[in-house]
Amino acid sequence: MRYEAPESVEGAVALLSAATGETRVLAGGTDLLVQMRADVVDPDLIVDIKRIAETRSITEERGGWRIGAAVTGAELKEHPRLKKVWPGVIEAANLIGSTQIQGRATLGGNLCNGSPAADSVPALIAAGAVATLAGPQGRRDLPVEDVMLGPRKLALKKGEIIVSFLLPPRPPRSSDAYLRFIPRTEMDIAVVGAGVSLSLDGSGTISGARVSLGAVAARVLLVQEAAQAIIGSRLDLAAQQRLEAAARAACRPIDDKRGTIEFRTDVAAVLARRAALIALDRARTS
Amino acid sequence: MAKHHIEAIVNGDPVEFLCDTEETLLDVLRDTLNLTGSKEGCASGDCGACSVTLDGRLVCSCLVLGCEVGGRRIETIEGMAEGERLHPLQQRFLEHAALQCGICTPGFLVASKALLERTPEPTEHEIRYWLAGNLCRCTGYDKIVSAVKDAAATMRKG
Ligand SMILES: Cc1cc2nc3c(=O)[nH]c(=O)nc-3n(C[C@H](O)[C@H](O)[C@H](O)COP(=O)(O)OP(=O)(O)OC[C@H]3O[C@@H](n4cnc5c(N)ncnc54)[C@H](O)[C@@H]3O)c2cc1C
Ligand code: FES
Ligand code: FES
Repeated sequence: MRYEAPESVEGAVALLSAATGETRVLAGGTDLLVQMRADVVDPDLIVDIKRIAETRSITEERGGWRIGAAVTGAELKEHPRLKKVWPGVIEAANLIGSTQIQGRATLGGNLCNGSPAADSVPALIAAGAVATLAGPQGRRDLPVEDVMLGPRKLALKKGEIIVSFLLPPRPPRSSDAYLRFIPRTEMDIAVVGAGVSLSLDGSGTISGARVSLGAVAARVLLVQEAAQAIIGSRLDLAAQQRLEAAARAACRPIDDKRGTIEFRTDVAAVLARRAALIALDRARTS
Repeated sequence: MAKHHIEAIVNGDPVEFLCDTEETLLDVLRDTLNLTGSKEGCASGDCGACSVTLDGRLVCSCLVLGCEVGGRRIETIEGMAEGERLHPLQQRFLEHAALQCGICTPGFLVASKALLERTPEPTEHEIRYWLAGNLCRCTGYDKIVSAVKDAAATMRKG
């Protein structure tokens, strides 16, 4: 098994494209090393992207924020301004694992591991985040909801990596929230996750919204009907009920020991409503 | 494939070692550098017995590759006492009987030290959340939390 730690995006792409055997990008390693240890994957080449400055920085760009794919959860939490603008994204990233896991786990790894239960993904999708990919054909942008195709299946082509994510500019009176259900308070995989981002007009009416649900289908879902259910409302009881109904209708969960289909569907509706109420409250005071 | 030749700083001292790609930092610490204080409880990031800091950041050394740490600073449990003088956390763990079998203890100490460096006066809630990735099968945690609180108070007095 070969290990390389290039210092440029082009270097990483060249190594990955030229390789003949199985390859893996290494970010925080909190999924990859566990899978290697369990003999689930046995790569011939590991390309560590943490020595590439672009993947490790957080910068303001055209009124939005660009977050390197290999920035850790702990670094996101410590950023002086991100948490004010995108509290939902930050709280979702900070739910990943323990303090130790936070010291390493990245947004790029959480998405590219390809789990429908990945905690930061619904928050990123609700936020309207766009992933910037680099590959042998150059760079392209892909909305986060289009990156994951199914469990462990990604839209990335051979040699492609995620370099960074762009969180769009934020109008005034906007905020977001992420909630997940797990049977205990820490260190568990989401049974359901819900991310909501919304903006209010001057009168307090919801002028824009995005709703995303995790762990209720083969991939994390962007639920447009749920957003439509609350746009134009002030999230009164009727709007909350429409939101719940739309969230419920979007669910196509599995039945397993972590939760039955009925349970996951119910919880998805409840979490979507609660996340929307939190986002609304934050937007009013932002 | 040839082994990687790595130079890093461990507990303030420059070290050099050779390792295979699949060797973790925990393997290197224990088997190559003979720093056996860090323990392997699970090798999957769940128990925290292998906790060290990497460039000041608390991590599980079982989820870091040895070849990743070139040029980096690593602090382990072996760097905690100053000679014979125990760190206040170590002293308080003894006084509060915050350990029984001791397998989890190096990890708890390293993790608690990282907490107190950032948060000198943590609440019980903060202590319990910060240490949620450190598992103990023996003590029931209460004595560990008391020891950390007490050590924090001692350290604030200086
Ligand atoms: C104890 C423990 C608790 C956990 N708890 C949670 C939890 O609560 N919620 C949760 O969602 N997850 C959890 N996880 C899973 C894991 O920590 C997260 O998915 C994490 O975000 C992965 O990031 P990483 O940087 O460590 O990824 P890595 O392990 O480095 O990579 C994961 C995968 O993505 C690929 N990859 C990484 N970065 C890129 C990139 N930029 N471009 C292309 N491919 C890339 C890798 O090749 C690999 O296949 C937990 C893991 C552990 C060990
Ligand atoms: S041995 Fe590393 S977390 Fe358990
Ligand atoms: S003292 Fe035995 S595991 Fe903690």
